Amino acid sequence: MPHYRMNLMVCTGTGCVSNGAFRIKEALEREIQKHNLEDEIQIVTTGCNGFCANGPIVVVHPDGIFYQMLTEKDIPFLVEEHFLKGRPVAKLMYTPPEKKSPVPHMHDIGFFKKQRLIALANRGIIDPEVIDEYIARDGYKGLAKALTTMTPELIIEEIKKSGLRGRGGAGFPTGLKWEICRSQLGDEKYIICNSDEGDPGAFMDRSIVESDPHSILEGMLIGARAIGASHGFIYIRNEYPLALKRVLIAIEQAQDYGLIGDDILGTDFCFHVNVNRGAGAFVCGEETSLINSLEGKLPHPRVRPPFPAQSGYKGKPTNINNVETWANVPKIINYGANWYASIGTETSKGTKVFSLVGKVNNTGLVEVPMGITLREIIFDIGGGIQGGKKFKAVQTGGPSGGCIPESMLDIPVDFESLTKAGSIMGSGGMIVMDEDTCMVEVARYFIAFTQDESCGKCTFCRIGTKRMLEILERITQGKGEEEDIERLQKLAVNVKMGSLCGLGQTAPNPVITTLKYFRDEYEAHIKDKKCPSKRCKSLIRYNIIPDNCVGCGVCRRNCPTKAISGEKKELHIINQEKCIKCGICYDSCRFSAVTVE
Amino acid sequence: MKLKPEDLDKISEKMKATTMLREGAGRVKITVHMGTCGIASGARKILSAFIRHIEKADVKDIIITTSGCAGLCSREPMATVELKGEPPVKYVDLTEEKVAQIFNEHVMGENIVTDYALAVGSERIS
Repeated sequence: MPHYRMNLMVCTGTGCVSNGAFRIKEALEREIQKHNLEDEIQIVTTGCNGFCANGPIVVVHPDGIFYQMLTEKDIPFLVEEHFLKGRPVAKLMYTPPEKKSPVPHMHDIGFFKKQRLIALANRGIIDPEVIDEYIARDGYKGLAKALTTMTPELIIEEIKKSGLRGRGGAGFPTGLKWEICRSQLGDEKYIICNSDEGDPGAFMDRSIVESDPHSILEGMLIGARAIGASHGFIYIRNEYPLALKRVLIAIEQAQDYGLIGDDILGTDFCFHVNVNRGAGAFVCGEETSLINSLEGKLPHPRVRPPFPAQSGYKGKPTNINNVETWANVPKIINYGANWYASIGTETSKGTKVFSLVGKVNNTGLVEVPMGITLREIIFDIGGGIQGGKKFKAVQTGGPSGGCIPESMLDIPVDFESLTKAGSIMGSGGMIVMDEDTCMVEVARYFIAFTQDESCGKCTFCRIGTKRMLEILERITQGKGEEEDIERLQKLAVNVKMGSLCGLGQTAPNPVITTLKYFRDEYEAHIKDKKCPSKRCKSLIRYNIIPDNCVGCGVCRRNCPTKAISGEKKELHIINQEKCIKCGICYDSCRFSAVTVE
Repeated sequence: MKLKPEDLDKISEKMKATTMLREGAGRVKITVHMGTCGIASGARKILSAFIRHIEKADVKDIIITTSGCAGLCSREPMATVELKGEPPVKYVDLTEEKVAQIFNEHVMGENIVTDYALAVGSERIS
């Protein structure tokens, strides 16, 4: 192996791949060959770097120089200037909004500064398709420690002591879950990795699998040893082709090294793993539905008790944890429960991965210590709201979560605080909304999602959400009635109470929280027939202000329904009957002559 | 190959050069200055010579990198050798022979080759 003087870490997470990361990689290979540098510079494809908003991304080591928004055209210059001549290229670096000079080093960029990586410790720093790179960063050493120096009881004790709680949403203590499963009678037990991430706007689990698949395998191996299971399943969405490919490669490599199979690491421990692809039904993320799906049945939730730990896959004791939970396990065993428990808050230990999306400047994947405030995540890491607009709300926990208003931005991010605010930690989706977002419309969107994804087993979830959706649609169309708010509140309680699984039990949360924190918006829609954010098409009108209109004709030419008429240099007029309220005239007018009310 | 627990450490050792490079932390960091002046006076050969020596000695705790012009164009090619925890040493007017000596005595032996050294330390950045 040549002694490389430089490593180019090319992000090939799904976000950067769709922005052409593989074309960037090919261009780098071409140019590096052209300058005969292939024995000096190594190109490494990594999983998601996290700063998805600015992809494609290349990080250059040993100096940690961060290049972003690269195009193929940039590559010849970059290779010659920096990689051949040693002069970093400032124009390809990241410049924070409202700043003039770029920040060359990745660790100085605000987006990365406040992050603390445990589950994502290897992101962007290893090639997920090369097992040796994982091993080089203490990979499988937690497993070796667990197999050679710890009893299963001791492993469980260590996980309990660490305070690790399930990262899939509910936050159940992981060690306790393992202990319950271990204590069941019988030799045949199963473990499952739930990689059926379905929340809109969430991509934490996908990114962990894409950037560090071995961390999940190692976590599962340790868990299997602790619980006494010899077989595991990874249930992953078929819409995640890259994650699927990388986990399959990882399993093959681990099998070659004897890390999966019989007599692992020379001990008597045996473990086999299967990968099952999910067809993308949201309800399959619910553990009992997932188990039904694994068995080839319709993904309907089961009645609990018995819990999966007592009677799960094929009626045998089954332990199911989320991707991020498994990824934390090797680090806890390797570095100790005390180390892990020193991070976070009293009741929520460690870190949490969030996919930060919506109207923030820096969208992407972030991992932060528990207890950090929402404000720090959104404004320090996320870089604030796009276009200098005002923050309105942040939605955490996906369709099961709720909307948290500005007044509560300083609450610490942990399981209890978010629940108290009416939302949930969930699996880690975080959607930021600005002043232009209509909260009634947000509630309608999420109810439309859960209504569509309801499996139909429970009446309240199936029909209750449908009624809620109809009421919300009516309100956004200006046909809301005074009693609708009360009806929504009543239905919300009933759907929560009358549903078997988490999908129905949490589906009303977006409605409940928007009603609690943004009731005035509902009232404006219902009583005044106005949408304060000017989003609901039935409740807004576009008009042209005569004093500002210069008759340039831009709006007339751009209008898709020819609803605007007017002679050159004369006042233009919008025909309200033809107008479809697309807002193109508003966006294209350069004289602020179009208003919306 | 089926691994035993001790094999994990062997793989880590084999990958050490890669790990250190990406963490930017080695026992020694060698920087070859590759401004236009450096390249014109043969910095490329100096860089290649250092890399050859590292490969031949099969040591993994050395980071070799490049930077732009160091500001003293008349004394190029130049290189800076920095042992961990010690101030950097700048070498000037380098040739491949001098590189061999610097590699053996300073990089491996940790003794500064005073004959070729310009100065110890760096200029202050305000």
